[in-house]
Formats: sequence, C-alpha cells, structure tokens
Amino acid sequence: MNTGAAVEVRSVGIIGAGKAGVAIAGRALAAGYRVHIAASGPTERTALVTRIVLPGALAVTAEELPGVSDVIFVCVPLRKWRTLPADLWTGRIVVDVMNYWPPADGILPEFETSERSSSEIVRDGWPASVRLVKTLNHIGYHDIEECARPAGAPDRVALGIAGDDRAAVVTVAGIVDAFGFDPVDVGALAAGAVLQPGRDLFGALLGGAAFQAALQDGRQRENLAECSAA
Amino acid sequence: MMEIGAFTFADVAVGEGVGPAQRIPELLEEIALADEVGLDVFGLGEHHRAGFAAPAPAVILAAAAARTSRIRLTSAVTVLGSDDPVRVFEQFTALDLVSRGRAEIMAGRGALPDSFRLFGHDMADYDALFDEKLRLLLTLREPEPVTFSGQFRPPLDNELVLPRPVQDRLPVWIGVGGSPNSVVRAASLGLPMALGTVGGTAGHFAPMAELYREATEHYGRPPQPLGVTLHGFVADTSQKAADIYFPADAALFNMIGAERGVPPLTPAAMAAKNGPGSMYAVGSPGQVIEKLLHQHEVLGHQRTMLQLAVGPVSHLDAMRAIELLGTEVAPVVRAEVARRESVEAVR
Repeated sequence: MNTGAAVEVRSVGIIGAGKAGVAIAGRALAAGYRVHIAASGPTERTALVTRIVLPGALAVTAEELPGVSDVIFVCVPLRKWRTLPADLWTGRIVVDVMNYWPPADGILPEFETSERSSSEIVRDGWPASVRLVKTLNHIGYHDIEECARPAGAPDRVALGIAGDDRAAVVTVAGIVDAFGFDPVDVGALAAGAVLQPGRDLFGALLGGAAFQAALQDGRQRENLAECSAA
Repeated sequence: MMEIGAFTFADVAVGEGVGPAQRIPELLEEIALADEVGLDVFGLGEHHRAGFAAPAPAVILAAAAARTSRIRLTSAVTVLGSDDPVRVFEQFTALDLVSRGRAEIMAGRGALPDSFRLFGHDMADYDALFDEKLRLLLTLREPEPVTFSGQFRPPLDNELVLPRPVQDRLPVWIGVGGSPNSVVRAASLGLPMALGTVGGTAGHFAPMAELYREATEHYGRPPQPLGVTLHGFVADTSQKAADIYFPADAALFNMIGAERGVPPLTPAAMAAKNGPGSMYAVGSPGQVIEKLLHQHEVLGHQRTMLQLAVGPVSHLDAMRAIELLGTEVAPVVRAEVARRESVEAVR
C-alpha cells in the first residue's frame, strides 16, 4: 500500500477534453485552481476549445501536464487507458474518472474477465508509485456542473472516494469539497467497486448522510431531485 | 431563419404494446402530417436493438418521400463509423432521387456499440473509423472521380460513384453530443452541425455554439447552419403534455439505463428536466414557443428538431403534437427569429 503525504493543491491537470473532462475543468476553475488540460489532437485545437469553453484554463500536451499539475484527473474513455503517458506520473496523485461500461464502449476483455474493480486493474498497469484515487466516475457530467453547492448547503450531493494511499484520498477529498461536493471515503480501490456502473451508488445523487447509509446497507435510495442550475 | 422539425428513433414497445409492423406505417403517417403542416425537416435515427424499429433510415425515409412534397428528410443520425461511406452515399443518393432533392445525411459517431458489433468493427477504433469514413463520404459528394485509400476499407482508384444525386452536393451535417473536439472537427470541415441535447440548460450548451462559430471562422470556413436537437412535446395543455411525455421519456431512459447500471428515474425526475432555461421543451404551444425562443436567444441556431415520439408515446398523441408544432408553434418561432435577425442586421 502506497503512503505519501497529503499534497497542497494549487494546480489541477486534466487529461481528456470530452464531456467529463470539460465539466471537471470547469469546477476546478470555479474553485480557483490553476487548470491545465491535455487532449487528443493538436494542442492548437485544444487551445481553441479551452479559450472559448474553459476561459482561464491552459492547453498543454499530455507530456507537459505532470510538470504543471499537483493532481492529474484522467477523463478519457477507459479503452484508451494504456495509451496515456503514465510513466511520467511516478509519485503523483492521479484521479481515475474512467468507467468500464460495455453498453457504451464495447467489451474490453481484461476488464470483462476480472473480478477486480476497474481501478485496481488500471493501478496494476501503471507504475507502482502512481498514487491512484477513484472518484467523480459515478456522477453524470451535467450533474457535475449543476449539483455543485457550497459547504453546508442542505441539497449538497456526496461523492465517493476510494484509494489505497490514504494521504492521496485526503488530498482529493479536499479538491472534491472545493468543487462543491461532500467527499465520502469508501475505502481502498477494491472497495471502490461500489462506485462502478451497475452498483447502487453509480448515478446516485444523495446527501452525505444518505450516501453513508447506502454504503452501509447496500440499499438504493431515492435520489435528490434533479439538480437545477444554481 | 429558423427551421423547425422533429425526429425519432421509431421507438417501439419491448414485450407488450406496439411492434415494428404497426409502428413504421404509423411513422409514415406522422411524416406525411409533418409535411402537411409545414414542418421543415423530419429526422430518423438508426438503432439495432429491441425498443427501436428503424435499422435502415434511408429505406423508411424513401417511403416517406413518396408521400410528401416539401419536407426535408434526414438521418438522425447515420452511425458512419460502422457503415460503409460508399453505401451510405448511394442510399442517400437514392433517397434524393425519390424525394426530388430533399435528402440529407446527419453523420454521427453513435452512442451504442450494437452496429459496431454487427458489422464487425472494434469500438477501440471508434474515433479513427469515424474520421476516415467521414473523409471518404465528403470526397464522394464532389463531382470528380475519387481516389482513396484508408485503414478500414478497400481502396478506390479513380471511381466516380453513379448515379449522382439531384442536389449538387448531398448535405452532410455532423451530429455531436457535446464533445468539444467533435464540434471543432465539424467546424474545421466547414460542415453544418447538429448539437444533440438530452437535458441540461441552454446556458450549458452556449459555449459549444460559440465554439462552433469561432472555430468555423478560425479555419477560414464560411458560416454554416447550426442545428439543435432536444427532447420536447406539444399538447393542448401543459398538463396533458406532461402526462403523455414524462412517463414515456422515463420508460425510454430506464430501458437504456438498466443495462448501463444507471438507477431508474421517475416521471417526476424527468419533469424536473423541463424547468426554465432547460433544453427540454414539453408543454402547451405557448410554453413550447417560449422555450424555443429562449434557446434561440442563448444559442443563436438556425434549426430546431424535437424528439417528440419517445418510448411508448402513442401515435395519436404524436400526430397531435406534430400538428400543434407545425400550425401553432413553428409560425410564431420563425417570425420572431426573423424579426430578431432583421434587428440584428440594422445594428
């Protein structure tokens, strides 16, 4: 089990400028972090996207990203996970936002035939010193934008966080809180399976207490009403 | 200018209820009515699974073409990555000939893996498939013979695909779901774009509309029309519209959601997507007019297509919705958008 110190986060890096990447980058900007984003295709194209969709964020290459980011969010389709430059992330806190989702992405044999959580498979495929944390995979991209609330708001939505490196989990919990969600520690990456598609907490919009309770008894609960744009 | 239309996936019941043999003739009645009440465009999207009855939109649209005279007929979408561009071009050329020049293709990457599995393509090549096939489809529209080689189909050597369509260039729109890279791709190719929305707010999509226009200019392309597709329904009263649409919409969402491990939504949760400023447009004619005009104010688009007949919406209700959309909603929205544009022009 990795252990490192909690990190002071000023700068957030995003890999992938799809719907999830854009939504997470938007929350990071709103929370006051410096934001760099790396996407497939020419950097010039990412720069154009960034200038209009995420003003304030900077477009960089995937290779440049680790040099300017305290924490890296991986927001690409899972089928691309082996194509990422993970060898540049040694010792880094990296957040796995990916999901194994055959109905949308097709069958990926290594995930299909394994009993383990998708994040454990990813962890074992990347350098051992990568401090992998799983969160933000179980909330829709519209909801990332529309459900964010200040701390203490009665309709604040909880997000589950899993990781083997407890200091990394604490660090990411701070980011999740700054994004406008209640962080709930669900345990190690193996336990993070409860956040995967098909499990009760996938797509659940629950307050902190209801999320904790669902985690304890495994029963589905009625979602909070659709978040309306705050 | 604002074109108003509708689109559907020809939804059918899974198990009890209306099956494909009943749904497709009903759909032809709906398209004929849409033409009669002056809607500008009707779209049909392909799916290859239970719950949907249109595996080959061009064939069904050709039947609709024989019964209509003015309405434009488009796929919504053609899943180009799992199809053959030559075959797509020929099918829509045939539709163009049947309809005397009213055919359009809306090419999209597709949201489901079924067609990739059926036609032997790997989802791992999802992006590359779409890129290559779009490149070929656009080349085929040009009047000169085509020479092409790619990764996913046999090469073409100086081939002119015949016959040619009625329109000089078959219109090809790019259907996108909100991924910025797809928006930039459409703009860089100088193609019209249809922004597909399922909920969210108009404000959420505003940057995508702006990105599309900025990128079009950035790549030195002339401005192209922007289309928006959304879930919506019109009935005589707001209560009636809600009673018809939200349970049907929930049924559709939950059918797709069940296999994706997404928790089910209630009709009430669906209704919550229809709030002020949202991309849903469910209500009385007056409410839908207000919704579409607000969306136009925020997005500045030129074409609106409502997904009226979702899930188990009945034929009679869909017919009434099309009638109200064509006779009561569209004239008001078109006139107000024209007024806004003339005010804009003299500024």
